[in-house]
Amino acid sequence: MKSKNLSILTNGIIKENPVLRLVLGTCPTLAVTTAAVNGIGMGVAATIVLVCSNLAISLLRNFIPDKVRIPAFITIIAGFVSVVQMLVKAFAPSIDKSLGIFLPLIVVNCIILARAEMFASKNAVLPSILDGLGMGIGFTATLTLMGAIRELLGAGTIFGLTVTAEFIDPMIIFLLPPGGFFVFGILVALSNSLAKRQGKPVVEHLGCANCPARSACKNAVADGEIPQECEKVGGGDE
Amino acid sequence: MSKLLKVTSSPHIRHEDSTRGIMLDVIIALLPAAVYGCILFGLRAAIILALTITTAVASEAVWNIALKKPQTIGDLSAVLTGLLLGMNLSSQTPFWIAAIGSVVAIIVVKQMFGGLGFNFANPAMTARIVLLVSFAGQMSNYAKPIEWWSSGAVDALSSATPLACETTYTFRQLFFGMHSGAIGETSSFLLIIGGLYLMLRRVIKPIIPVAFIGTVAIATLIAGADLKLAIFGGGLMLGAIFMATDYVTTPTTNLGKLVFGIGCGLITFVIRQFGSLPEGVSYAILLMNILTPHINRLTLSKPFGAKEVAKS
Repeated sequence: MKSKNLSILTNGIIKENPVLRLVLGTCPTLAVTTAAVNGIGMGVAATIVLVCSNLAISLLRNFIPDKVRIPAFITIIAGFVSVVQMLVKAFAPSIDKSLGIFLPLIVVNCIILARAEMFASKNAVLPSILDGLGMGIGFTATLTLMGAIRELLGAGTIFGLTVTAEFIDPMIIFLLPPGGFFVFGILVALSNSLAKRQGKPVVEHLGCANCPARSACKNAVADGEIPQECEKVGGGDE
Repeated sequence: MSKLLKVTSSPHIRHEDSTRGIMLDVIIALLPAAVYGCILFGLRAAIILALTITTAVASEAVWNIALKKPQTIGDLSAVLTGLLLGMNLSSQTPFWIAAIGSVVAIIVVKQMFGGLGFNFANPAMTARIVLLVSFAGQMSNYAKPIEWWSSGAVDALSSATPLACETTYTFRQLFFGMHSGAIGETSSFLLIIGGLYLMLRRVIKPIIPVAFIGTVAIATLIAGADLKLAIFGGGLMLGAIFMATDYVTTPTTNLGKLVFGIGCGLITFVIRQFGSLPEGVSYAILLMNILTPHINRLTLSKPFGAKEVAKS
């Protein structure tokens, strides 16, 4: 039992890394990773919300009627986001300033909603917390890595410490959206190539069981099957 | 008759055109303007051109070796990309920035999308935009040309491209390239000669350049801006004749080419007139490059006698 819990925790960090393997939450990933600190800030904020909402949703999973579960999830998530937002505003105003609108937008973060739908609403409390923690760590690690790469190439610093800025002019494009897409693409390609080498499928189609739009989708199929046509486009973010 | 009768599927008539031949033609067409750029801006311009070409070819060679692909530097496309990029840079560009440009053009824009024929945008121009966005200051530092036409003392002051400042250039100065700018864009005269050579060799069709330059001219006339400056003062000739006619990234049909040219002209005009940048040719071509698949689909030619299939 213990090893199963451990695998739930590590699942989100590498095997099902939400950003690189599930391609979820790409909007905050691209938008806030202009500096490594922002990546950590965003990641930690989302992790706290993710763990708390997974906990609450798992506790309430037998009380929420199936038909209104999405609004119910969103309400729960929004509550925790408000708490986190106020905390960040009070104790880390500089992070709040640099994350801007993307902090309240955690409400509609795909990863959190997807984990509520896929995991917390079907599993007991402890595994749900571990799943949230694992996914959150995976998200934070990826965002910090992306932030560090973009900050190093685009500003010549890492975590605000000057590394190359004094002797090489940084390429500002890495701080701009094109640079974000470029670094993101390269990281997904690398993770795909690593997965391929281990004989795992390239970015997997998760089937309809994991899709938040399942109940409204006319092409939905049973668990374990791959739908012929899918209305969900790409990561289906905010 | 000892020849075997060969039965093959069509096409039966082949032209001896090859990728290498076409690339060579474009390089020949560019050479006068490139050489003139070296005369105008001196040794530094020649070094920049040599550097961008060698870096481009080296990048392609290294990529092919690293990925165990057949070596493609023989088709001269990398040489052309390097030459075009160099001609689009100012002679004052730091050498390492020019080299980064070539690496971006070949590795990122061309090879990562599958190599020659699969790139969605013109490599040299996209690389120039990447450099422009990344190193705005160093990229817009233009050298004042060596004034070979006047007897006055040569000075090395830097100055902006004619588009960026109030100028009193005469038509003759603009047309023959006696002004500052990127290495290869100054002499409209030599670029037009290169373009005519390509049209005579049937490497390019005149549709895109004519539509592109014509649209800019008409829009500029309507807006009441300086026509000769708009046509001959910036990178319009180089862009319209050599970048907007790239086979891979422009529409294949004649109607599509017309749409492409007009679109490029309009975007160029809008950026120059209303944008915060002095020059908009490269952004215009890049944006239209992205639209090219859609233009192709909308302007598909109908096979003779074909009837529309009723949608089931």
